[in-house]
Amino acid sequence: MSSDLDVFVGNTTLIDEEVYRLWLDGHSVAEAVARRLRGGVLEREGTSVAVLQSDTRDHYRTFQMLERLLHAPPRLLQQLLFQIPPERQALLVQRYYAFDEALARELLGKKLSKGTKKELDEVSARTGVGIRSCRRQFDNFKRVFKAVEELRGPLAENIQQLFLLDYAAIVFFANSRFETGKRRLQFLSFADFAACAQSMMGHWSQGALGEPPDPRAPEAAEPDGDLPKSFLQDLKELKVLVADKDLLDQHKSLVCSALRGKISVYNELEANFKALSRALVNVGGKLTHARDVRDFFVDLVEKVIEPCRSDKWSPGDLRLFLTHYTAARHQALWERYMAAITACLLRMYHD
Amino acid sequence: MPGKLKVKIVAGRHLPVMDRASDLTDAFVEVKFGNTTFKTDVYPKSLNPQWNSEWFKFEVDDEELQDEPLQITVLDHDTYSANDAIGKVYIDIDPLLYSEAATVISGWFPIYDTIHGIRGEINVVVKVDLFNDLNRFRQSSCGVKFFCTTSIPKCYRAVIIHGFVEELVVNEDPEYQWIDRIRTPRASNEARQRLISLMSGELQRKIGLKVLEMRGNAVVGYLQCFDLEGESGLVVRAIGTACTLDKLSNTSAFLPACNSPSKEMKESPLVHPPSHGCRSTHNSPIHTATGSRLTQNFSVSVPTLIYTGMGSGSAGKEGGPFKTLLRQQTQSALEQREFPFFTLTTFPPGFLVHVGGVVSARSVKLLDRIHNPDEPETRDAWWAEIRQEIKSHAKALGCHAVVGYSESTSICEEVCILSASGTAAVLNPRFLQDGTMEGCLEQRIEEASPPGCGFCHIPYDELNMPFPAHLTYCYNCRKQKVPDVLFTTIDLPVEAIVVGKGCLIQARLCRLKKKAQAEANATSISNLLPFMEYEVHTQLMNKLKLRGMNALFGLRIQITVGENMLMGLASATGVYLAALPTPGGIQIAGKTPNDATYDQHISHMQKKINDTIAKNKELYEINPPELPEEIIGSPIPEPRQRSRLLRSQSESSDEVTELDLSHGKKDAFVLEIDDTDAMEDVHSLLTDVPPPSGFYSCNTEIMPGINNWTPEIQMFTAVRVSRLSTINPTNQTLNKNFNDLCENLLKSLYFKLRSMVPCCLCHVNFTVALPEDELVQIAVTAVAITYDKNQALQANKAPTEKSQQRASTDNEEQLQFPLELCSDPLSSQPFSPAKEVLEGASSHTGIPAAQRVLKSHSGSWFRAGTSPEIDRCNSWIELIKLKAQTIRRGSIKTTTSLEKASPLAEGYLRHRSVPSCTNSTVSVVKMTPLSFLPGAKITKYLGIINMFFIRETTSLREEGGVSGFLHAFIAEVFAMVRAHVAALGGNAVVSYIMKQCVFMENPNKNQAQCLINVSGDAVIFVRESELEMLPVQPSTAAPQPTSSAGDVTT
Repeated sequence: MSSDLDVFVGNTTLIDEEVYRLWLDGHSVAEAVARRLRGGVLEREGTSVAVLQSDTRDHYRTFQMLERLLHAPPRLLQQLLFQIPPERQALLVQRYYAFDEALARELLGKKLSKGTKKELDEVSARTGVGIRSCRRQFDNFKRVFKAVEELRGPLAENIQQLFLLDYAAIVFFANSRFETGKRRLQFLSFADFAACAQSMMGHWSQGALGEPPDPRAPEAAEPDGDLPKSFLQDLKELKVLVADKDLLDQHKSLVCSALRGKISVYNELEANFKALSRALVNVGGKLTHARDVRDFFVDLVEKVIEPCRSDKWSPGDLRLFLTHYTAARHQALWERYMAAITACLLRMYHD
Repeated sequence: MPGKLKVKIVAGRHLPVMDRASDLTDAFVEVKFGNTTFKTDVYPKSLNPQWNSEWFKFEVDDEELQDEPLQITVLDHDTYSANDAIGKVYIDIDPLLYSEAATVISGWFPIYDTIHGIRGEINVVVKVDLFNDLNRFRQSSCGVKFFCTTSIPKCYRAVIIHGFVEELVVNEDPEYQWIDRIRTPRASNEARQRLISLMSGELQRKIGLKVLEMRGNAVVGYLQCFDLEGESGLVVRAIGTACTLDKLSNTSAFLPACNSPSKEMKESPLVHPPSHGCRSTHNSPIHTATGSRLTQNFSVSVPTLIYTGMGSGSAGKEGGPFKTLLRQQTQSALEQREFPFFTLTTFPPGFLVHVGGVVSARSVKLLDRIHNPDEPETRDAWWAEIRQEIKSHAKALGCHAVVGYSESTSICEEVCILSASGTAAVLNPRFLQDGTMEGCLEQRIEEASPPGCGFCHIPYDELNMPFPAHLTYCYNCRKQKVPDVLFTTIDLPVEAIVVGKGCLIQARLCRLKKKAQAEANATSISNLLPFMEYEVHTQLMNKLKLRGMNALFGLRIQITVGENMLMGLASATGVYLAALPTPGGIQIAGKTPNDATYDQHISHMQKKINDTIAKNKELYEINPPELPEEIIGSPIPEPRQRSRLLRSQSESSDEVTELDLSHGKKDAFVLEIDDTDAMEDVHSLLTDVPPPSGFYSCNTEIMPGINNWTPEIQMFTAVRVSRLSTINPTNQTLNKNFNDLCENLLKSLYFKLRSMVPCCLCHVNFTVALPEDELVQIAVTAVAITYDKNQALQANKAPTEKSQQRASTDNEEQLQFPLELCSDPLSSQPFSPAKEVLEGASSHTGIPAAQRVLKSHSGSWFRAGTSPEIDRCNSWIELIKLKAQTIRRGSIKTTTSLEKASPLAEGYLRHRSVPSCTNSTVSVVKMTPLSFLPGAKITKYLGIINMFFIRETTSLREEGGVSGFLHAFIAEVFAMVRAHVAALGGNAVVSYIMKQCVFMENPNKNQAQCLINVSGDAVIFVRESELEMLPVQPSTAAPQPTSSAGDVTT
């Protein structure tokens, strides 16, 4: 005796967190049932496989109907079709847009195009994230990216409003297309990059202008996902710091005199100062050209982090150095630039 | 021009994209009422249009206001071609027509399309200005309030309960008109929706007129149904109970009245001074000297199918001339009424005096095209016939009224089974007429029977029983006779004394039937019906005994007709009534006692049955304390028979002989295992699995024995369609399949709701349909309510303690609930003349030959007098009985303080947290099939919700198949109900019911269609915890104890 039709509809929509997880992970109904069985529901609840199947199918149908609404979270709050308590709604959105860091790390900086989507099979194999889940997460990235692309105002806030969560890092990376896949960058995790993105947006973006402590200033002229062109243009002026020999020497002496005796790698610092300074300044100067932007993290690693590491700088040494290196010059532009760079380097300086 | 309807279209949101090129929509709105249409401007290129229209004003008759729905159509403007409809909203403006309900309808409504479902939302404001000359012409009945709730609504008081109102209107079904061949499915669906909406409005208006004629102002227990008769037309019919209600306007006054049962039950003995318990007027069969209140207890005459479940005992006797004599003296308030029926299932205390048993009647009819919609006489006559029959059955049980009355139909092709059922009862006339006799009544109240058991006392004459039954003295008061089993269609009276908890009991049955045409088909169906009823009854009886219980409440038997089979599904809530005797066990008897292995098998089965009974008693906490002999009243009942006979019979061809065999004077309740069928029957008895721990279920309003509900509720609808696939179906395999289907569905519900444990599924309502050959559709609507386990334990302990206290005549107890004081002094006087007269009477003349055959085989049942060739009508009366110990429903004082503790506080917090986010979110609307919300008080009734939707698809696979399609549709129906309630300003629907869910599919064409009809009462409720700040009103301030207790829904 087979049930052709089998539905259960509650006035308050039932959400089973376990089944939601299985659905998000991209399992089919049959796989989900198998996993639930392994979880021991049967023994706990003394029910039958048929009941479990029926229950799973019900939840899957509900999720499929909800998915359309999840694509625009604010609609989920306004819709009348499903009566879901607010805390459950929040949970639904949060889980739906949550991403596997391994996957996000793979996708960072890649163009969210059809081509990339086709490569998801490999990504799935590499990261161990189910292919269906990969596709959903990819689509999430893309959806968020697309939705905020046209918007004015602070990126993080826009995303927060539209999707009720923090997605900014991914969008920022997708927007700026930083290279993150190179082998020498493999030691960096998604969290590292996300933190960097946050610092960069916090210090450099349009929203950060005006009153520096408030990164959410309302007026903004261009999409927040891009770094403001005027700022990048201004950064070129900083090149004089390394191009002008006098300035460079002056800078070096200021920093060295401040650090003498306070830093264990003083000799190495003195020897490498010019190279380091050149690297730090040039990274910023290159940001105007899209092609050079890609190399931002590569340059930082190759020209700052790796030399320091080979000279056995401790993180404390690096912090001290960067603090004094920045403080040696009083210029708003310089401080704004170095604030993000310092934060990024400190975050990235690990094994 | 008695009314002005004003409508404003504010805005739309989330509209669908209608123009693919721009991904946008140019939306405008048509507002139509009657024949007048207004349009808004086109709001170009937006999915969230802001129309902010002017007020559209319709000046209309109030008659039109009642009949017509407001029709709002959202369209996409198209310069070059016809405008595309996006969807519609129908708004029933009836709630705006009486002063106490809603004053404005305002809110977001889902825009609904019968093909695409919900497509965005529209914000509408509707108001009505009524002028003063209202009701002058009496064509309209504005102002009459309608309630689906089958009890006196909370925050009202019943001044008079007038009685039965019914009406039906017929029309051609647009789906079957010639024009349907050339119009789109959408147009056809919309024509149907509109027509039904119109017909419902008309029906309601006409019923309202009848209520006004009776000088009432409200209809309670309003039940409206559709009969989709196909070719022959569309019938919309409704029944209800006309009442004169008084609004309890004073907040403090209604406080005690509007308590949810949990609290009410606990408080009632405290709230109402000692006289509370004595309200029910004594009305035993042998009590005649009561003047105008004399009832027709002796009028037992109509031959009918009566089945009691008792094999032994004497046959019924006729009242004969004595009856006539009594009739002449009788001046019951009910006498003048054509049909003394009441659709209520819960009553003000004292209203229900005695309960006789279940009366029901069925009739098989051949449908014929309705030629003149203005003359619906045929259908009227059909129902009148059935009601007449019900009435006479009630009389046969010595009852002058029928309560818990309902009507239903099952249609397959051109055959229609009409069914009506209710509970025969004797009522207190106090509520039935104006308060002229109030004075003399008060006196009689003093001598009334005890409240906890009075309704169990037999209303008929013991020596003149309409059927053989085993009577004993009431185990509660020891004064009156009670039956040993009692079946009713009503809810458990609040005052009833119950031992342990109740449980859902179902009887399920399939019967194959040959495919046939017209007359032959109808005849074969009507021939099958009595067997089905018998079998259903047997199953119910066996299952009841298996659970160690002795009474059924909320009994609902549904017989569904299909092309090649009939299905019977009976649901009821079993309980152990303390007033009735302890049920005996079940004994199994084999036919070939010499066979050793067979004997072994039999004894094995017997053991299993005994174990099951023992287990169930433990599960449902049925442990009536043995009464010490000394407090048993003087007429000590004859030693209780351990067991009684109830045969489980098979339908096999040797029926006749079997019936003969069964007719012996066996003094045991024996299941004979004489063939494999019977074996199957016994097995199937044992297959009913009790709900998993932490779950209880019942089909009444509340679960007997649980009274500490938390505010956490979850209403749901589950639908299953299954193929009873067997190549060579037999009744046995079909029965098994059907049984499994129901059991699995229940199991699945328990699993789904496991997070709510400890919880109870209340008002579990199964509906069975046979949409096609071998396809069975089961729809269940119920509400799961969490209860507090710790308090439950506390309350459970109470009954036992209390009963012991009572045995030692505890003073305090007596003050609260003086059972001992209200015994009837007259009860011991036998009414000897009656005996003599009745002894001589004997007339079974009315029984047609065919039925007599049956009767002669089974002394316990006979069939109604109907001429089979014309009417194919049959009916039966059930009546059952028992005995028990005096157990008090645990109260009350011990738990009251706890009640206010954590769960309510929690509920308060939860409730509070919701409004805080209402800015962005949709307001929460609770839905429940019950008439109350646990832990909350209903402060206002906003009007009736009665909605009918059709959904159709031509892309079934794409919408997720049949399940996806129906899942979405049911969710949409819920959403639309909630939206309407919210727009009325309400936050809940009570007495919600899905009256119809007709699903048809054509997978080959990738098509499906579904019709759903739902109704309920929109209300505003306030959490009890939020009312706690208000001063607690002393009991005396309640305007009338009656009304306050009327709110005690059970």
